[in-house]
Amino acid sequence: MLEFMLGHYAYWFTTALLLLGLYGMLAKQNLVKKLIAMNILQSSVIMFYVTMGSKRNATVPVLDPSITASNPYLYINPLPHTLMLTAIVVSVATTGVAFAILILIYRRYKTLDETVLLERMK
Amino acid sequence: MNVIETYASFIPLYAVLASLAAVPLILLSTRYPNLRETWTILAAAAKFLLVFSLVPNVLLGKSAVIVIMELSPGICFSLKADAFGVFFALIASGLWILTSIYSIGYVRGLNEKKQTRYFTCFAVCLSATIGIAFAANLLTFFVFYEMLTIATYPLVIHKETPEAISAGRKYLTFTLSAGVILLAAIGWLYSRTGNIEFSPGGIFDSSITLTNIDKILFILFICGVGVKAAIIPLHSWLPTAMVAPTPVSALLHAVAVVKSGVFGIVRIVGFIFGPYFMHQTGMDQLLTIIACVTIITASLIAFAQNNLKRLLAYSTISQLSYIVLGAALLSPASFTGGLLHLANHAFLKITLFFCAGAIYITAHQENISDMSGIGRAMPITMTAFTLGAFGLIGIPPLNGFISKWYLGLGALEASKPLVLIVLLVSGLLNAGYFFPIIYRSFFSVSPKHNHYKEASPLLLIPLVITAVFSFVLGLFPNLLLHLFDMATTISHSVIGVTIK
Amino acid sequence: MISNNIPVLIPLTFLVTAILIVILGSWRRFFVHPLAILGTAFSFVVSLYGLTTVLSSGTIRYHIGGWIPPIGIEYVLDPLSACIATIVCGVALLVLIHSRVSVESELPEKVIPFYAIAMLLLLGLTGIVVTGDLFNLYVFLEISALSSYAIVSVGEKRAPVAAFRYLLLGTIGATFYLLGIGYIYLLCGSLNMADVSKLLAASQINPALVVGIVLMIAGIGLKMALFPMHGWLPDAYSYAPSSGSALLAPIGTKVAAYALIRMVVYVFPSEYVQKDLPILDILAWLSAAGILYGSVMAIAQSELKRMLAYSSIAQIGYIGLGIGLGNALGFIGAILHILNHALMKATLFLVAGNLRLKIGHSSLYQFESVIGRKLPWTSAAFTIAALSMIGVPPTAGFFSKWYLVLAGIEGSRWFFIAVILISSLLNAVYFFRVLEKMYLHVHPKEDNTEMKVAERDEVPASMLIPTLVFAGLILLFGLFNVAIIDWVIKPMILSNP
Repeated sequence: MLEFMLGHYAYWFTTALLLLGLYGMLAKQNLVKKLIAMNILQSSVIMFYVTMGSKRNATVPVLDPSITASNPYLYINPLPHTLMLTAIVVSVATTGVAFAILILIYRRYKTLDETVLLERMK
Repeated sequence: MNVIETYASFIPLYAVLASLAAVPLILLSTRYPNLRETWTILAAAAKFLLVFSLVPNVLLGKSAVIVIMELSPGICFSLKADAFGVFFALIASGLWILTSIYSIGYVRGLNEKKQTRYFTCFAVCLSATIGIAFAANLLTFFVFYEMLTIATYPLVIHKETPEAISAGRKYLTFTLSAGVILLAAIGWLYSRTGNIEFSPGGIFDSSITLTNIDKILFILFICGVGVKAAIIPLHSWLPTAMVAPTPVSALLHAVAVVKSGVFGIVRIVGFIFGPYFMHQTGMDQLLTIIACVTIITASLIAFAQNNLKRLLAYSTISQLSYIVLGAALLSPASFTGGLLHLANHAFLKITLFFCAGAIYITAHQENISDMSGIGRAMPITMTAFTLGAFGLIGIPPLNGFISKWYLGLGALEASKPLVLIVLLVSGLLNAGYFFPIIYRSFFSVSPKHNHYKEASPLLLIPLVITAVFSFVLGLFPNLLLHLFDMATTISHSVIGVTIK
Repeated sequence: MISNNIPVLIPLTFLVTAILIVILGSWRRFFVHPLAILGTAFSFVVSLYGLTTVLSSGTIRYHIGGWIPPIGIEYVLDPLSACIATIVCGVALLVLIHSRVSVESELPEKVIPFYAIAMLLLLGLTGIVVTGDLFNLYVFLEISALSSYAIVSVGEKRAPVAAFRYLLLGTIGATFYLLGIGYIYLLCGSLNMADVSKLLAASQINPALVVGIVLMIAGIGLKMALFPMHGWLPDAYSYAPSSGSALLAPIGTKVAAYALIRMVVYVFPSEYVQKDLPILDILAWLSAAGILYGSVMAIAQSELKRMLAYSSIAQIGYIGLGIGLGNALGFIGAILHILNHALMKATLFLVAGNLRLKIGHSSLYQFESVIGRKLPWTSAAFTIAALSMIGVPPTAGFFSKWYLVLAGIEGSRWFFIAVILISSLLNAVYFFRVLEKMYLHVHPKEDNTEMKVAERDEVPASMLIPTLVFAGLILLFGLFNVAIIDWVIKPMILSNP
């Protein structure tokens, strides 16, 4: 049991981050804090993929002259990293759009707090 | 079960399309009332002639068939002008001509607004009715059935008063709910047997084992078509819908909607489920009981009505169940009687409604208590009314007597003498609520109706025609429209025994 | 040669058009709308050509960059994706034609960004449809999502807040989907859809696979507005600009439904989703709940667009139910309903846009004059669409319900049949209420002033013609539904390995 917990610590960590992000999005009242929580959510998935790709005693997937291409198992899996580069870009774009929307909200309602916002929207 | 010979022909399709083709013409001539009305009359005449041209073949046992397109894999949108279809279509299209003439008089007499909408919807309704008559399978039937519901809605709410709108809502609630039940039933039947074509004598025979579930299927079907057929307890939309203009009530209650409902019941009993199913599952008993209850109850409620149209509505509910009874008894004479009553009641009821409308327009009265002495002011109208009432009561030599006679014969053939008693009692009840009207109108005196002022010719001529025709049909049932022969042909094809 | 490139041409056209709109539009604003129409029309023609080619000669596969799958990303045009791509492009084309006047009147200074982002939205949607790679689907999902957040946010009143909420929820959905892909990748080592389905079929079910499947379905379900993840939809559709909701509503959720169908029917092995995990069952139950919820909530609305939004939740439920019932008839019903609902909702939202243009709002209890007289053709189109939503034959809506009922009977799922039929009646309640308000004089406004009798004042042709074309297609596709089933849908079932 203990080895199970300890052996999978990376996955426990990412799960905790994911739940943290979800909690923040739901429970926090400030819209910017919700956004930050969203970023945490996305980061947790990114961590998950990176963990997926890592291996013990393996090196970065940059062609090393001492290993050459003859033994590919000594490189960590580059695919999750490339996928996550895309995912990071998506995350940044989403944050950008979210900020633009937040600016719109602020201009219209002069607040970024959810409860005050609900009042002002009526 | 008979094999019906079929031949391909476009005539059924043209008959359905005749009035649909008139719809854009009516819409375009909205500013020229006389032109607009001409289109309606032309379409009605064309439709009638097209349907009439199918009669000779039908009497020889041949049906015109046309397959239009596939609606669902394995089920086609097809029309088949068999004897029953032509029978119904003939009545519907013939009476439409008269109703159109009457409508023109009526809406102009009241200077109603939205006349274009009125005539357009009438045209679509009749298309749908002929479509129902000629439908070759349940899915085609369903398409036209729902089309009828939607097309009659604007007619029911025509006056646009809050009363009319709430009557329209009630009408839609009842008919659309029935529609979905019917849809489920059709789907279930298709799933069960893979066949939803109308075949004389039904699609169930001894090769299919029947279980209790099939009884539920039958009941669902009856609920689905029973709303339009106004069997108790699905009838309450009909009196409420009386708020519509009288020609609409005449059409709804003599020709299109309610007759489509009983047409549907007879199709389902005779052409889908068939005598074998009905006897095996005991559903014929159930339907007989429902019909008898409706006949008696509706007549009793009619007694209490003061509004003439509401009284006629309850009378309709009662008379419709005669037809259901004829189908439920499943004997040759009863089936023939029921079919004849489908025709006879149409003529008689339309006469009565025409009279009610004439009284409304000319004397501005709706309630029976205000109609004392009106017989002296409007003698022709009230004579026609008397003829119609006598026909419904079943007094010879009017046509109502013939259909009741055959129903009685059928009851004895099916060894159900109690039904005979029901028929006699309801005849007495009919007399009970019609005679006071006739008496009051001719023999009571009232200062209101002293001066002679008969209805306008556009109103009078149709009602005289239907009254006289009812009388003539009583003497010569086969005159012109060969109704009697067709009824016996249909009955023979379903039940399988010839009657003289 | 060109037929091999079709799968990539369809989304790529939109990308190029988006860039061209920004460049040429900044130079002369006149170019923006024609460019958008041109790009969409080209994509539509290409996808139509692709559909006919696929139906006659089989699936087309395009390898991006020449890399062979499963190493490379491939775009696949099989009967299902070709059909959905054609629907998306066709509906978008007509909506964009309609949008010229609408956008000019509602968003005068934002014409260029609106069309550019609309092109990006279509890029994302068509990309989801043609791609054959799971992660590529995520990328396009996010492209379309970001564009839709932007489109929603330029609406009026509460639009930015609605957009922000949509953003948060949409990102949760996409992130779940991404995490789901992660689990699948862990187990299979591949991201190519065809490859994954082979690998999964050969393996045993295990907890990681369960988590992966569930996460992916949950993510897509949120984008699809499957009950109970529908919370973003009413606000987003009500407050978006008219053309925006007309673009989003008919095709946005449908493409997510397509993704769900792709996952559940083609990628995941059928024993997993039917026997080992009750995925289809849960899908059916949630859809049934969505149908009832959407229909009931729609009755309570007083504003047309919000009512249509709740109605959309119900209609997505039909599609989900069709898939969840798990037999061929249910599949046919679901695909047919994707087509029919796209047409119906497009008509309805275009009518809302017409109303917005002519009377400034689409709030039912505030109609000042009889709409039926003022906008007769628009009202006629609305009536046809309403009858189709209720399920009156021979409009298209009836037939998808017919197949769903048959599917339910085949599987003896009586409760679902009852749900479908009851929802038809509920649809009748709220649509006839709108029809009453549109055509009849009787009801005065809420403040009890009388209704004015209006003169005819129909919307311009560029708005009217797309509305009427959609209404006509509803009737056409209803009558000829068997042709669609035989030529387009049956091959989809057969091409499922």
